[in-house]
Amino acid sequence: MITELRDLKMNTPKINEPQALLTIQDLRVWYELRRFGFGHAGYVKAVDGVSFALAEGETVAVVGESGCGKSSLMKTILGLNIPTSGEVVFDGENLSGLKGDGLQHYRFKVGYVQQDPYGALPPFMNVQKILEEPLIISGMKSREERLARIHKVMSEVKLHPVEDFLKKFPHMLSGGQQQRIVIARAMLREPKLIVADEPVSMLDASVRVEILKLLRALQESHGLSVIYITHDLSTVKYFSRRIFVMYAGSLIEKADTRQLLGNPLHPYTHALLAATSDPEARNAETFKEVPPGEPPSLVNPPTGCRFHPRCPRFMAGLCDVKFPPDLEPEPGHFVACWLYQ
Amino acid sequence: MNTMSHKLLRIEDLVLHFKTRLGTVQAVDGVDFELDTNRAVVILGESGCGKSSLAKAILRLLPRNVQKYSGEVYLQGTDVMQFDEEQFRHNVRWAAISLVPQAAMNALNPVIKVGEQVAEPAIVHLGVKREAALNLARRMFQHVGVPEDFLERYPFELSGGMRQRVALAMALVTSPSLIVLDEPTSALDLLTQANIMNVLKRIKQELGTSFILITHDIATSSELADEVAIMYAGQIVEVGHARDFFPAPLHPYAQMLMASVPRLRSESDPMFITGQPPSLVNLPTGCRFKARCPFRFDKCEREPLMFGKNSRKVKCWLYE
Ligand SMILES: Nc1ncnc2c1ncn2[C@@H]1O[C@H](COP(=O)(O)OP(=O)(O)OP(=O)(O)O)[C@@H](O)[C@H]1O
Ligand SMILES: Nc1ncnc2c1ncn2[C@@H]1O[C@H](COP(=O)(O)OP(=O)(O)OP(=O)(O)O)[C@@H](O)[C@H]1O
Ligand code: SF4
Ligand code: SF4
Ligand SMILES: [Mg+2]
Ligand SMILES: [Mg+2]
Repeated sequence: MITELRDLKMNTPKINEPQALLTIQDLRVWYELRRFGFGHAGYVKAVDGVSFALAEGETVAVVGESGCGKSSLMKTILGLNIPTSGEVVFDGENLSGLKGDGLQHYRFKVGYVQQDPYGALPPFMNVQKILEEPLIISGMKSREERLARIHKVMSEVKLHPVEDFLKKFPHMLSGGQQQRIVIARAMLREPKLIVADEPVSMLDASVRVEILKLLRALQESHGLSVIYITHDLSTVKYFSRRIFVMYAGSLIEKADTRQLLGNPLHPYTHALLAATSDPEARNAETFKEVPPGEPPSLVNPPTGCRFHPRCPRFMAGLCDVKFPPDLEPEPGHFVACWLYQ
Repeated sequence: MNTMSHKLLRIEDLVLHFKTRLGTVQAVDGVDFELDTNRAVVILGESGCGKSSLAKAILRLLPRNVQKYSGEVYLQGTDVMQFDEEQFRHNVRWAAISLVPQAAMNALNPVIKVGEQVAEPAIVHLGVKREAALNLARRMFQHVGVPEDFLERYPFELSGGMRQRVALAMALVTSPSLIVLDEPTSALDLLTQANIMNVLKRIKQELGTSFILITHDIATSSELADEVAIMYAGQIVEVGHARDFFPAPLHPYAQMLMASVPRLRSESDPMFITGQPPSLVNLPTGCRFKARCPFRFDKCEREPLMFGKNSRKVKCWLYE
């Protein structure tokens, strides 16, 4: 075990939710930093003590700025990263116990929609090939069966008429159509959970809403659980029941979407909301309040609360000394900030 | 150049077409608009509608495969399209109009200190001595909120937001009256974006600069906009004051585009526009939006004119 880890106080309560599809318990994902000639040079603490439970059919948004650890968290849930410590339990099974076939099978149950649809699709394969391959890998032997499945998912993502698209290569499709193919691929093996990592940030405004509505329709009709990763707070309420706000490797506020947008508690959440514009002419008349500085290094994060060097409500002697635990000032609304002690 | 009575910038029938294997790309196809001193116009439109090409046409930064480049660009009353390249370089580009190109923050030279890079346009285009230019660079760093000791740093030592500020400082160092910003915040984080918009507002207040802000980020654009121009398939289909446009856009495309913006502070359900913009190689006859327009009627088979007066104009037969 990593020595630094031993000293950590595991102050998060055990989550015990029988119907939870996914349970994350005190998860850490640290990347080792090596410097030439010096060997070990510390860790990038990309995910540092994250806990939550996700019920079957539930949608949650993870909101945070670039580099805060969103993708690292998701890759761990997808079984692509090995946790440094902590647990990921999916459908009653602990991920750390899975190897080879078991892990492969697990990955079938979780669909992945990534940010850049063009980068996600192999350029030299046509749509039919792109969608057929995962089915072959998962052991679907009959070609008819495969084609039937492909037709089904393609009509679910509204690529009509299906025949027009099967022989096309990714570069022949618009960004929105490419993203539909990525979603179709994620749906192929009837997953229980979809992880969508910034699924619309590369798309034009007029298409974004269309793709988000499509994802929500699929979520509802299939009873899927969805983790929607985004930096755009304005899209969240159309999509997710709950929001987790992530800052420098941890979830600093977790609440119902209405609760969080209506009554944000953490100073960082306040800053994010204040920085989000709606298109209104009067915006040009005022300056925005933005906390100074930039997100911290994840190698040597600030002591105590990681937001303290930027926080307008910083309390010396407390915030810079002790890491704030998850507090629950109103039922179901968690915040890691000493203001709510 | 000329007196106060002229508009800072007036563009008439600006055209920029490219030659390709597949045919002529009509990227900018008859654009008109005008801009006063110390005002900001935002040019909004979807990917590929010709926004960056418009910026290039205004600054005469042309690729090799130009098929057609024509129109009038009046800068304080003088048609600079009549200038030869030498005159244009001397009097217009950098001296009067600077460009912050798309992805500028990633285009800084990695092996030259950022202070030197910011000073360079002043040396090259204004003939300022190196020492004086570095002093100008230092002043520009203050305007954009970069600490002075960053003058000595290399681009890789700066965050994305800081590099974008440096790119802005570089555009400012020649004291242009107009800065063209091509997607200045789209690669940046929310808080960094808000910071950069604050910087732009401050520059506008303190230096009296005008801006052409090109973006597809409608919500963020409202932070700077005095005027709005909506671009669709190589043309401007609506222009107007921001305070008129944002609450009530007129062109059907503009209305649908605005309705597609998710809003944090409203319960309205965002809509989307079905279909795709036409290919700029193969443009339809008549109104270019007609294939997606719910209001289309028989007249739309003919190209609509710009209707309306003064500050508010719409290219749509509904407003005849
Ligand atoms: N394989 C890796 N090795 C070392 N460091 C890594 C690795 N992957 C990510 N990191 C670092 O971990 C931190 C978190 O990265 P991550 O990609 O999870 O952030 P993110 O929130 O998804 O950011 P973005 O919004 O930019 O996608 C960053 O500092 C990143 O540089
Ligand atoms: N040098 C060129 N030769 C041929 N076609 C070009 C050239 N430059 C741009 N185009 C085409 O002209 C059209 C308009 O491009 P432009 O870059 O101006 O769009 P844009 O509105 O800035 O898009 P984005 O929002 O993606 O930056 C596109 O179809 C593009 O492919
Ligand atoms: S714990 Fe202290 S520094 Fe951290 S967000 Fe709360 S008030 Fe600010
Ligand atoms: S001219 Fe006709 S088709 Fe074009 S936007 Fe107006 S109503 Fe629609
Ligand atoms: Mg990421
Ligand atoms: Mg562009």
